[in-house]
Amino acid sequence: MSRTHMPVVEGWFTGEGDGFRLLGTRCSACASVFFPREDTHCRNPGCPGGELEEVPLSPRGRVWSYTDSQYRPPSPYVTDPELPWRPYALVAVELEAERLVVLGQAVPGVTVGDLAVGMEVEVVPGVLHEDAETVRTTWQWRPVRGRAV
Amino acid sequence: MTDDVAVLGVGLHPWGKWGRGFVEYGAVAARAALADAGLDWRQVGSIVGADTVRGGYPGYVAGATFAKALGWQGARVTSVYAACASGAQAIGAARAQILSGLADTVLVVGADAAPKGFFRPAGGSRPDDPDWLRFRVLGATNPTYFGLYARRRMALHGDTAVDFAQVKVKNSAMGALNPYARYRKRVTAEEVAGSPTVADPLRLLDICATSDGGAALVLSSTDFARRHGRAEAVRIRAVSTVTPRYPNTVLDLPDIATDSAVAVAPAAESFRASIARAAYEEAGVGPEDLSLAEVYDLSTALELQWYEDLGLCAEGEAAKLLREGATAPGGRIPVNASGGLASFGEAVPAQAIAQVCELTWQLRGSAGDRQIPGARVGIATNQGLFGHGSAVLAVR
Ligand SMILES: [Zn+2]
Repeated sequence: MSRTHMPVVEGWFTGEGDGFRLLGTRCSACASVFFPREDTHCRNPGCPGGELEEVPLSPRGRVWSYTDSQYRPPSPYVTDPELPWRPYALVAVELEAERLVVLGQAVPGVTVGDLAVGMEVEVVPGVLHEDAETVRTTWQWRPVRGRAV
Repeated sequence: MTDDVAVLGVGLHPWGKWGRGFVEYGAVAARAALADAGLDWRQVGSIVGADTVRGGYPGYVAGATFAKALGWQGARVTSVYAACASGAQAIGAARAQILSGLADTVLVVGADAAPKGFFRPAGGSRPDDPDWLRFRVLGATNPTYFGLYARRRMALHGDTAVDFAQVKVKNSAMGALNPYARYRKRVTAEEVAGSPTVADPLRLLDICATSDGGAALVLSSTDFARRHGRAEAVRIRAVSTVTPRYPNTVLDLPDIATDSAVAVAPAAESFRASIARAAYEEAGVGPEDLSLAEVYDLSTALELQWYEDLGLCAEGEAAKLLREGATAPGGRIPVNASGGLASFGEAVPAQAIAQVCELTWQLRGSAGDRQIPGARVGIATNQGLFGHGSAVLAVR
C-alpha cells in the first residue's frame, strides 16, 4: 500500500527529480518576484499593481549563509521524541536571477562542515517527516559540487 | 527636530527566572520609577503598557492590568505590542501624548515572565503566519537566524569565534557590576568556547537567554519637569520606530525569504542602519556625539553588527573596533555598559525600556561601578520581529 505524499505547504513547490522547482509569483506590472508566493497584491510600494503569475524559481543559487540546529526545535516542527535528535543544516541561498534569498534545510547528511558561503547549491525534493500513512514533502538544498563536474 | 521629553523616573525589577507573574514584575518596576520621579501614582495622567504575549489576552492587555495593580485612578490607558520593539513603541506613544499636550506625565511599563527554552509561536495551525511557518517548515528557531548572521559576518568580514566570545567577556564583566542583571558572573573566552554549539557557529554563551523582568519609566513634558524641580532631568530627544523599505534584502526573523531586488534597487543602507539614522536625524546628532550605546545583543555576533549599523565604525570593521577596546568601558564608545542581553537575558516587552533606564542612570552619573565618566549622549537600539525598528536617543 502506497502512502500519501503531501507537501508541507500547498503551492510552494512542484515537480519531481530534476524537474523539481520552488514556486513563487511574479508581478506582471513591475516584474517583482515573491517567495513565499503573494497571490493578492504586489508588495512593491512603487508599483500600480499587476497580475501575480505563478513562476518557477531558479533551481540553483549560491549559499548566502548557513547554520545548523543542534537542539530539537519546538512544535509545530514535527519530530519523534522517541528518537535521538539528529541535527540538520539550514542554508540561506541567494538566487541570482530573482535577486532574493531563500532559506531551506540541507539534504540529510550534509553538515555545516560541507558548506561554504558562495558555494553553488541546487533545490531538490525532500521529506520533512513521515508516518505510516503520510509522507510530508518539502524542498532541500544540495551542494552541486562533485555532481555535475 | 521635535521637542524633548523628560525622564523623571526609572525603575527595574531584577531580571531572572523568578517563577512569578509578569504583573508583579511590572508593578515593582512601576513603583520604583514613581518613587524615583517623586510622584504619587494618582498624579500620573496616562499609562502605556508594553504587552507580553503571555497570559491569554496579550499580557491581559498590559496597560490596564498594570494600572489595576497600582490601583485604579482613572488614567488614560494605552497598550502596544511590537515584539522586541514593544518597549520603544510604548515610549514613542507616551512621548506623542506628552508632545501633543494630551498628558503632562506618563508611566511606561513593560514586563515579561518568559517560558523555558526556545521562544515558540502560539499554538494552532496558522499557515498564513510567517512565524508559525518557519518553525513548521524549517524548525528555524531564533538562534538559527543568529547563526546565519554570524556565519555571514565570518565569511564577509573575517570575524572569528574568538571575536564573538570577546563580546560575551566584555558584557559579562559589566553585568557582574549590575544589581539588576540575571547573570552576574564574569565569563572567560575559554568558557564561551567550551559551551555547547546551539546554532553553528554560535555557542550557548554566545546567545542570550530568555528572562523574567520588568522595567518602567516616568516621562513628562520639560515644562512639568521644571515645575517639579527637575529642570536638569535626562531628556529623550528621539524615538525611532521606522519600518524597512522595499526591497528588504537581509533575511530577517521570522521570514523564510527576503524581498526580491529584481525590480527595485535596494536602499544603500540596511534596515538596521536606517533605524539608527532616523534617531540621529530626529535628535540632530551623529554617531561621533555618542558617549555610550545600548544595543540588542541577542547574540554576540549581532552586537558587532550593531556597531556598524550605528555608524560607530565602517562596515566590516566591528571586530577591529572591539579588539581595540573602543566599545569596552574606558574606550571611545562603550557599548552595553549595563551588561547587555548577555547579562540580562531577554524579557521581551521590558527590554527596550530597561535599555533606556540604563541610559538614564549613565547620563545622570548615577550608574555606580558601571559609570561611563562624563556621559552626555546615549542611544539604545533594537529590532523587533516582523519589521519593527526601535531606537531611543537620550541626552542630558
Ligand atoms: Zn508590482
